[in-house]
Amino acid sequence: MSGVLRAVVEPGFFSSGPVQVALAVSAAVALLTSTLGVFTVIRGQSFAGHSLADIGATGGSGAFLIGAGPLWGFMVISIAAAGAMQAVGVERQRGRDVATGVVLGASLGLAALFLYWDSTLHNSSGETYTILFGSMLAISPATVPAVLGLGAVALGVVAIIYRPLLLSSVNAELAAARGVPVRLVGAAYLLALAAAVALSCLAIGAILSTALLIGPAAAALQLTKRPWRAIVGASVIALAASWLGVLLSYDSYYWPPRGHSWPVSFFIVTLVFACYLAARLVGSRGRRR
Amino acid sequence: MFSGFMVNTWIVASIVAVVGGLVGFFVVLRGSAFVAHALPNGSFAGAAGAGLVGINVLIGLGAFALLGALGIGWIGRRDRPDVATALTLVLMLGLGALFVSLSVEYAPATYSLLFGEVLGVSTSQLLPTAGLALACVLVLALLYRPLMLSSVLVEVAETHGIRAARIELLFLVCVALATTMTVPVVGTTLIFSLMIGAPAAARSFVRRPGAALGLSVAIALATVWVAIAAAYDLNLPVGFFVGVLSACSYAAGRAWVAWRRRASAVR
Repeated sequence: MSGVLRAVVEPGFFSSGPVQVALAVSAAVALLTSTLGVFTVIRGQSFAGHSLADIGATGGSGAFLIGAGPLWGFMVISIAAAGAMQAVGVERQRGRDVATGVVLGASLGLAALFLYWDSTLHNSSGETYTILFGSMLAISPATVPAVLGLGAVALGVVAIIYRPLLLSSVNAELAAARGVPVRLVGAAYLLALAAAVALSCLAIGAILSTALLIGPAAAALQLTKRPWRAIVGASVIALAASWLGVLLSYDSYYWPPRGHSWPVSFFIVTLVFACYLAARLVGSRGRRR
Repeated sequence: MFSGFMVNTWIVASIVAVVGGLVGFFVVLRGSAFVAHALPNGSFAGAAGAGLVGINVLIGLGAFALLGALGIGWIGRRDRPDVATALTLVLMLGLGALFVSLSVEYAPATYSLLFGEVLGVSTSQLLPTAGLALACVLVLALLYRPLMLSSVLVEVAETHGIRAARIELLFLVCVALATTMTVPVVGTTLIFSLMIGAPAAARSFVRRPGAALGLSVAIALATVWVAIAAAYDLNLPVGFFVGVLSACSYAAGRAWVAWRRRASAVR
């Protein structure tokens, strides 16, 4: 038994400091993003969620430029972008994806500028890769309390607005008729989403954080239509994919080409996608019966 | 600015602007901004993979753009279109992350794939770009009427025997073609901004589809030309100028609409 375990979990996995940090951060990120992801999928705002993440790249590169921690760069710019999207009106179905796209395009232009300055002024191009694709095994332990704290605050916001948010996500007109302040609830949701995306930018990189946001939620919603069950299912999938991803990345140091770990983000994305495909298979069989 | 190696840049950038303005018009009309963002962004993985195994970048890009278009179509049959796009995009990006990390010396190339390297276009890139652009425009011209009808009036299109799903797939392939030709030259940011900003601005200035299509191409051309001139003079990345200028033209369009509405209300 221990031989099998030894073969799966390379020696030194659990006692390694970076691994412990990665496991803690990925657990917090997985729970938070998959919960918000269920609402994002129901509301049809995948593009907004993905845009917030991409815009996070602008913040991360800007923070590196002025020497601040990447988490704060991700956080500030995501919240600013969420505010801008709310102002432009992402609630409207018509024209909202153009508005989102214009904000995204402008901020990607800024990211190009910041990354260019990062690599010319600081003379390092590895930073581009870290900001865009993340490096979970290189998170500094000092940021862990901030990550857990921000995650708890965002989850708290979702818990407080859970019922009105669900109602206004499923049927905005009905919610408004029942006296739910739809715009206010939408704004609170976008803020929580911005925080979640900022945290997952830190963990698996700006352009891959959409995987944890949309993938587990989409998979869970293939299996059940009950929101509460979907949230639990999505959290389980996200947590399993993240931890397994960290483990596989740690193991992959001994895979070809030897002496070079495969990126954590790649494993997480692949596992999440596999879960989605499996859920779709199971879901379609259940529906046929 | 107009001599020697810069000639190629001007030609290629103009081709890109024309195709971006044309395809982008339908992207905005159909509300598929996410797809226009996802296909170029995701197909960079194909370029990275091609670099890894040592084949032509265009082949890698084309394969991934096409697979991405088909993937979005396939997943979208049973799930919301935005979810399908997001899932396809992250899967391609995840592969891209792997390819980039496996090929150690690739980091600067990643940057130029994502944000463009318009100032270093070689003559050998000229012909494939022009060919793909021609193919893309041809497909659009053949699709023009059904595409327009199914974008604006889905029900009417169905009664004319136009299959919306098939048109959607052909349109995705068209976006994939445009992506393949533009990414190695101008990067994923630039083409996305062009495809959204210019057509959206054009549509707020002019109402008639034909005129808006022409204006969209004109705005895209102006954006690209000003961006290249500015990037050349100030020695900054061209993607920055394209992104900001596209947003500015969109803002100008919105301001024009608001001003017209106020003027007609006063009268």
